[in-house]
Amino acid sequence: MLLEIVISLFILIGAAFALIGSIGLARLPDFYMRLHGPTKATTLGVGGLVIASFLYFSHGWEDVSLHEILVTLFLFITAPISASLASKAALHLKLRSLAPAPETIAKQEDAADPAGERQG
Amino acid sequence: MLNLVIPVALAMMTVAMALNLWRVVRGPDLPDRIIGLDTLYVNTIALLVLFGIGESNAVYFEAALLIAMMGFVGTVALCKYLLRGDVIE
Amino acid sequence: MIMTRFLPQPWLSLMLFLLWLLLVNSVAPGHLVLGAILALLLPLFTQRFWPDRPAVQRPLVALRLLGVVLLDIVLANLTVARQVLGPVKRLHPRFVRVPLDLTHEFPITILASIISLTPGTVSVDVTPDRKALLVHGLSVDDEPALVADIKARYEAPLMEVFRC
Repeated sequence: MLLEIVISLFILIGAAFALIGSIGLARLPDFYMRLHGPTKATTLGVGGLVIASFLYFSHGWEDVSLHEILVTLFLFITAPISASLASKAALHLKLRSLAPAPETIAKQEDAADPAGERQG
Repeated sequence: MLNLVIPVALAMMTVAMALNLWRVVRGPDLPDRIIGLDTLYVNTIALLVLFGIGESNAVYFEAALLIAMMGFVGTVALCKYLLRGDVIE
Repeated sequence: MIMTRFLPQPWLSLMLFLLWLLLVNSVAPGHLVLGAILALLLPLFTQRFWPDRPAVQRPLVALRLLGVVLLDIVLANLTVARQVLGPVKRLHPRFVRVPLDLTHEFPITILASIISLTPGTVSVDVTPDRKALLVHGLSVDDEPALVADIKARYEAPLMEVFRC
C-alpha cells in the first residue's frame, strides 16, 4: 500500500514536470528561452516516470527490473546534445532573441561551406 | 490509488503533447519546430512508460527505448541539415 | 602491455558489459558470457573511431560530482518550473561567456552537458579555440556570480578528476 502511494507520487511528479516543460516550450517568448523547458523539465519528467516504472515492475516480480535506468541514462546524455545542436542551428540562422546578441562565435567553418546557406 | 492516478497522468501527458504539437505547427522558425519535435518524442517515451505501468506490461518499455534512440538521431539529423544544408558530410 | 592490447578502454568495456546486462534485464550465465564477449570485442573494433581522451584519475571525486549534479538537476527543475509558470516579464535572458580552464575536448563536453542540465542555463556553443563556452541563461541577474558558480561547482571538480 505504501509502495503504491510512492509510485503514484512519482508518476504525478513525472507527469507534472513533463507538462511544465511543454508549457515552457509553448509560452516563452523566444527560441533560446523555449529551449530551457524541454532540456530540463522533460528529462526530470521522464526520470520520475521511469523511477515509478522501476518500483512498479520490481514489486510485481521477485527480481528487480533495472533496465529502466537505460532510458534515463540515454536521455541525460542526449538531451544536452540536442539542445546544443538546436541552439547552434538557431545562432546560424540568426534567430531573433530577447537576450543581447552574443559576440562573434564560431562562424569560420560555416562560412567556408557554400551549402550551409540560410534556411527559412 | 494507481488506477486513479494513471488516467490523471495520462491526461497531463496528452495536454503536454498537444502543446508540443502546437509549437511544431506554429513555429515560427525551423529550430522551434525541431525542439517541438524533440520534446514530442521525449514525451512519447514518458507516455509509453506510463502506459506500460497502466497495463502492467513491460513490453512497452522496449518501444520507449527504440523511440529514444530514433528520436535523438532524427533531431541531430535535422539540426545538421540546418547547420550545413546537408545531413551526411 | 597485454592489458592495453586487449583492453584498450577498461571503463568502456565495463560500461558495455553493464549496459548489456541492463538491456536484457537478466543476469543468466549465458548473458554474462555474451556481455563479456561484446565488452571485449566492441572497443577493439571501434578503437580507431575514438578520440584519445584523458583517463579518470580520481573516481571518488567523479562520484561526488555526480551526486552534486543530480541534486542540482532536481533543484534546477524547481527553479525553472517556477520561472516558466511565473510572469515572463520578470525573466532576464542573457548570453554569458564562461572562460574555460579545461583544455581537453572530452571534459569540456562533459562540462557543457552538465551546464545544459542544471539551473536555468543551456550551453550554446564553444569558441573555435576552446577557450570559452557560450551559455544562455534563462534569467541572469548577476553574470560574474553565475560564471564563478559554474567554475567552482563543476569545472574545478572536473579538473581534479581528469588532472588537466
